Amino acid sequence: MKTNYREALRMALREALASDPRVFLMGEDVGRYGGSYAVSKGLLDEFGPERVRDTPLSELGFVGAGVGAALGGMRPIVEIMTVNFSLLAMDQIVNGAATLRHMSGGQLHVPLVIRMATGAGRQLAAQHSHSFEGWYAHVPGLRVLAPATLSDARGMLAPALACPDPVILFEHVRLYNLEGELEDDPDAWRCDIRSAAVRRVGDAVTLVAYGGSLLRAMEAAEQLSDEGIEAEVIDLRVLRPLDVAPLLDSVHKTHRAVVVDEGWKSGSLSAEIVARLMEGAFYDLDAPVARVCSEEVPMPYALPLEEAVLPQPAKIVTAVKELMGRK
Amino acid sequence: MSEIAVPNRKSSSLAMLTHMLRIRRMEEAAAEWYGAGKIRGYLHLYIGEEAVAAGAIPCFGEQDDVVATYREHGHALVRGVPMNSIMAEMFGKASGCSHGRGGSMHLFDASRRFYGGNAIVGGGLPLAVGLALAAHMQGEARVAACFFGEGAVAEGAFHESMNLAALWKLPVLFCCENNLYAMGTALERSESQTDLCAKAESYKMPALRADGMDVVSVREGTLQALSRVREGAGPVFVEYRTYRFRAHSMFDPELYRDRQEVEDWKRRGPIHTFSARLKAEQGLTEQEFLALDARVMAEVAAAVAFAEAAPFEPVSTLAHNVVAEDGP
Repeated sequence: MKTNYREALRMALREALASDPRVFLMGEDVGRYGGSYAVSKGLLDEFGPERVRDTPLSELGFVGAGVGAALGGMRPIVEIMTVNFSLLAMDQIVNGAATLRHMSGGQLHVPLVIRMATGAGRQLAAQHSHSFEGWYAHVPGLRVLAPATLSDARGMLAPALACPDPVILFEHVRLYNLEGELEDDPDAWRCDIRSAAVRRVGDAVTLVAYGGSLLRAMEAAEQLSDEGIEAEVIDLRVLRPLDVAPLLDSVHKTHRAVVVDEGWKSGSLSAEIVARLMEGAFYDLDAPVARVCSEEVPMPYALPLEEAVLPQPAKIVTAVKELMGRK
Repeated sequence: MSEIAVPNRKSSSLAMLTHMLRIRRMEEAAAEWYGAGKIRGYLHLYIGEEAVAAGAIPCFGEQDDVVATYREHGHALVRGVPMNSIMAEMFGKASGCSHGRGGSMHLFDASRRFYGGNAIVGGGLPLAVGLALAAHMQGEARVAACFFGEGAVAEGAFHESMNLAALWKLPVLFCCENNLYAMGTALERSESQTDLCAKAESYKMPALRADGMDVVSVREGTLQALSRVREGAGPVFVEYRTYRFRAHSMFDPELYRDRQEVEDWKRRGPIHTFSARLKAEQGLTEQEFLALDARVMAEVAAAVAFAEAAPFEPVSTLAHNVVAEDGP
């Protein structure tokens, strides 16, 4: 069927709410307003206010309540409007959800799913546009996912809810309106939350991306193809724990890699990927691994400035050509 | 509330006295073994405040949830966590209640619905709200009892949790142990409004006070509050006025309070005042008291021996229980 990313997410939410009475959705404006990105529109009417709960603007409080409800036997899905706001709840996520299993010697587990919007591209400036996926991917005890395709938007929620650990799902704001075809057959989108995926096969260079950067990497790959350079594009899908094997396999074939990440470079997920490639594929590399990331400034509002910050396809193309000694 | 009579059944009075003595003697031993280097990290003693855990926690049923702080040895013990496994946890041993991964600040016992052991001030309150939300959505009658110090009322987590619990009428009993000092900062040096019950009332939450130095007052106040929560009208806030006799932790030189103040509070110590009352009103004899104390001391000695003899978890298990072993 023809659909979009937002609706694919909603289908997954609807299925989860319909199939398991322990599942409920809570967050700011998920009910009457329909979700700040309209993901949960209509679910309040369908499932009622007990299971689609509007919360006060209390990120720390309601994320912590999600942790507690998970401990109490529920399967909460907590929506945080945007990753910048999640910083208000970071204590409950990092000091709480991520530690309880270990700190209790394995007695407790926190089957909580947290969904949040991330990333830039809507001119929302420096308090609504950042990419902090890497901060969460830093933390043992969490699982971090970045659905970048319609089928992952549809398929990732079910295994996330089935997982006994806290899972964070990052939805890039540029993807919500992404349109495309979603197979009616569930086997086409049913997926695991362990592995990276090869989204385009090539032999000249490996582009590593995730979330909102996947589209940019794919676009760059098409431009490169016009010039006879076939890039292999890998979608990380799972940011913690990282599935490194497909990256190593790809670099074994291509001998070059460019990491594309909307996060900043310093102390980042892209730095981690580069390190893993050094550790596991050093002798396969014909050139240093390159990175195309956001410029290290708080996100500016004005369109030309925002565009200049982001890892645009043109920058990726340039980085690949430099790597290959081509103009 | 100190006018309330001691329950006339001597056995229940003795139970409360026993709880307090067990906490006191266990913690005195913990301090000693801390000095000996067997217990490390932070050790926050509850000595002086025993009446709160001893009076409140037996009011809760097995089905109820209990959330506590990093000063939770007493709460764990009264909740039924064996002294052996508490002591072993402080020693960092595999037979500790958190398998040596938590230590003094992170005692947990899922089988007794004891959710620790939270060492971020205020961090336990949202958990309790969530546990109560789960109970509410599951249609179960359990209550989430959440212990925290008065220092937590300065945290956003306190206000967000109070609001959420009151707004959604959740079965939470907020148990505020007001020992007057947040580490070294006195209440009046950190709060513009020092009337803690007024804060609860601002969330339209019923609030009451109990004398936290008097185990009977604690018990009566808790039962009264608990019955209101069980009626289903939403959360209730209880302030227990109490006092910590020892330093905040083992590293605290206590520069912030007057020795005389400590001595004055010690005269109201919950164990000697209650045992005196039992002697006067219920015929407890000095001999019976000493025999009880001897039994408790023997239990503590056995717990220390157990903890000393227990092994550490092997380093080969280091990465266990970070995430589910079988994965998603």
